[in-house]
Amino acid sequence: MTSVSTPQNRPRVPVRQLLKSLGILPMLLGVILLFALLTPKFLTADNGINVARQASINLVLAAGMTFVILTRGIDLAAGSVLGVSAVISVMLSLTPVWSVGAVPLSLAVGALLGAGTGAVVAYAGLPPFIVTLGTYTALRGAAYLLADGKTVINNDLSFAWIGNDYLGPVPWLVVIAGLVVICSGFLLRKTVLGLHIYAVGGNPEAARLTGINVGRTLVLVYALSGLFSALGGVMSASRLYSANGQLGTGYELDAIAAVILGGTSFAGGVGGITGTLYGALVIAVLNNGLTLMNVSYFWQLVVKGLVIVLAVAIDRLRSRHAAD
Amino acid sequence: MVAGMQGAPVGPILEMKGIVKRFGGVTVLKGVDFVVRSAEVHALMGENGAGKSTLMKILGGVYPPSAGTLHYQGRLFQPADPRTVLRAGIALIHQEISLVPHLTVAENLLLGDEPRNRLGLIDRAAMRKRARVLLSRLDDRIDPLARVQSLSIAEQQVVEIARALRHDARVLVMDEPTAALTEREAIRLFALIEQVRSQGTALIYITHRMAEIERLADRVTVLRDGEVAGTLDRPQLDRNRIISLMVGRPLFDHPDRTTSRQRGPQVLGTQALSDKKGRVNGVSLDVHAGEIVGLAGLMGAGRSEFARMVAGIDPVGGGSVEVEGVRVSFRTPLAAIRAGVAYLPEDRKTQGLFLQLGADDNIAVNLAGPTSTGGVLRTAELRSHAQRAVDAFSIRLAGLSQPSRLLSGGNQQKLLFARSLSLKPRLLILDEPTRGVDIGAKQEIYRKIEGIAAEGVALLVISSELPELLALCDRIAVLHEGRLMGVLDRRQATLTQEQIMALATGHALPPS
Repeated sequence: MTSVSTPQNRPRVPVRQLLKSLGILPMLLGVILLFALLTPKFLTADNGINVARQASINLVLAAGMTFVILTRGIDLAAGSVLGVSAVISVMLSLTPVWSVGAVPLSLAVGALLGAGTGAVVAYAGLPPFIVTLGTYTALRGAAYLLADGKTVINNDLSFAWIGNDYLGPVPWLVVIAGLVVICSGFLLRKTVLGLHIYAVGGNPEAARLTGINVGRTLVLVYALSGLFSALGGVMSASRLYSANGQLGTGYELDAIAAVILGGTSFAGGVGGITGTLYGALVIAVLNNGLTLMNVSYFWQLVVKGLVIVLAVAIDRLRSRHAAD
Repeated sequence: MVAGMQGAPVGPILEMKGIVKRFGGVTVLKGVDFVVRSAEVHALMGENGAGKSTLMKILGGVYPPSAGTLHYQGRLFQPADPRTVLRAGIALIHQEISLVPHLTVAENLLLGDEPRNRLGLIDRAAMRKRARVLLSRLDDRIDPLARVQSLSIAEQQVVEIARALRHDARVLVMDEPTAALTEREAIRLFALIEQVRSQGTALIYITHRMAEIERLADRVTVLRDGEVAGTLDRPQLDRNRIISLMVGRPLFDHPDRTTSRQRGPQVLGTQALSDKKGRVNGVSLDVHAGEIVGLAGLMGAGRSEFARMVAGIDPVGGGSVEVEGVRVSFRTPLAAIRAGVAYLPEDRKTQGLFLQLGADDNIAVNLAGPTSTGGVLRTAELRSHAQRAVDAFSIRLAGLSQPSRLLSGGNQQKLLFARSLSLKPRLLILDEPTRGVDIGAKQEIYRKIEGIAAEGVALLVISSELPELLALCDRIAVLHEGRLMGVLDRRQATLTQEQIMALATGHALPPS
């Protein structure tokens, strides 16, 4: 007899697998419950919208980062691309000719920057960490140069609705982030590219041998990350009616934190967008709740850092048990 | 034990008795007795998978035996871990050099045992001196201050031996030490080995090369299927006797083929195909539709390297490949797949399966392109295709999405098989198709292979199991060190394991 370990054979596995498939969700609910008990200001409709809005830009970046990390990569340049495209979008909006195309053009710039990064990773065979460390630095410089070291302001921003208007009761920022999550989920689960992303990340050598175009997959993945970073840039700029070279500094780390909290593995091939959604919400809830409780920003950083390590440690322990 | 240096003692220095090793349900060693005397070169031989490296890893403390005892220097010895084994005087020199390339020769020689001065800092002068003393016994032309990466492979081996001898090694294990050496370097190594032997050290020498056995060995022990097939003393050393010991009985009752199949037109033809690393040298081979051609050879003979070139995985160094009469030069596996060439890799876990994905996705990976509309997968269609493949190969799983790492080896292999057939290849290359697979699954895989051939697909089967090749193949090509030694054809003669093994160990067939 060939031994196949079926869930049916072991009655306890479904519970474990359910727990595993929930991932970080129990933790998210726990944090929400904790703040609901600690401060009455937390669990209100207004504050809920607040949290969602605070999560939205990080969530968009984290969606792109999810693709990249699924392929065993990393995109340290996400925050810098955000800065560059935010500055470009505001600058374009100030010109009479280009203002109509401000949003699509800056999105295209982001996608192209990402595609270039992906091409270097895929075809020069350089480690993504090093390539994007380079673009992280260089594009940050480019953002400052484009803005000439100043803040570019447009009080009559054509796309200000993105950052400030509502669709019914829901801010457009949240709607856009929601659409990004839905599209990303569709892409990962239902498309050829999605399947190839999991294959390339899970076993690059096998992917190559089965005839997957690994290079093209990587280029598309980094292009998506660039596109979403640029979208984050447009969202930031429209909320602020302005942009400067500093915008988005450090955002890539929050995006990475959201992905990792969400259970996507640095080893590649395992994870998904739902986890990233929960991860981004955990971060946003922590920021929001601690602020409501008047905890200083410095302490917020300390707590956030510890939570990230703790959450991943718990996840590891749990998946180790599930593997037995 | 310095006394051993003078007047070589004759008694056994190492006795391994009744060594059994099980991995999970598989018994790799089935009660091996292995005795090594001081001052002898004891060759250890056997086909791939016969248990040589497992036995040596038990000696080296890499893993404990499931049963059996070791006696070393007359006392019970339990190799706990590689470090204590080395301290006890048993040194293993692996095929891959295990020196630190960026450090100097002296630093490597005294790694973990660095001389220190009174401040606790490394005493460079003392280190150099000790290194020089260690090297002087072997080869004083090696500069102790040279970085290891600047040395040739042969020189690095000398450093490894010197390091082993630093620990007053009484037993030295060498695993195919000449694999990466030139003829001249090998001759120097033999002189060195004889010198080490004359100092009373016992050498366990693993090799596939008959010429080296004849030159060096005092005794030979042959392992087969995890058992000792026999131990021969110097006067009995004879090529044919060794070969007949190495060759196994069929592992199960799958009779050799006696008839040959209908051959269709040529599908694969290679002309003097060579790779860029010198592992494959001028191999010309053809495979026809409906025919099963075996590719035999010992480890390092260049079988997989040959197949990988044909499948567009590794670049071709010289010669040419024709597929269905058209000269091709595949730059990627994708190009080969499009031309109808599918390759089932040797190591299904690292090169084949996506272990975290289910059977459905593993099969869909190949079909995703044609089974999608505008980049969106037609999921239902893919699932039904996967279900048909799973049924056709009777792959036992809990559900189509069950991660394939949870499947047994046989089911994993069948899954890979199903996937490569979904490409509808005209040439299918199978690299060790039944490695690590239980007997039941093996039979099923054989039936599948035969069925595929009957449908007119050309098959090239690489296998280290001779009974498997004899059961399946119409013709068997045998490689030795990258060269094609001969193609045995069932239409001309009855094929035997002895013939294959003779060719695989580098000897031409006796004229018949």
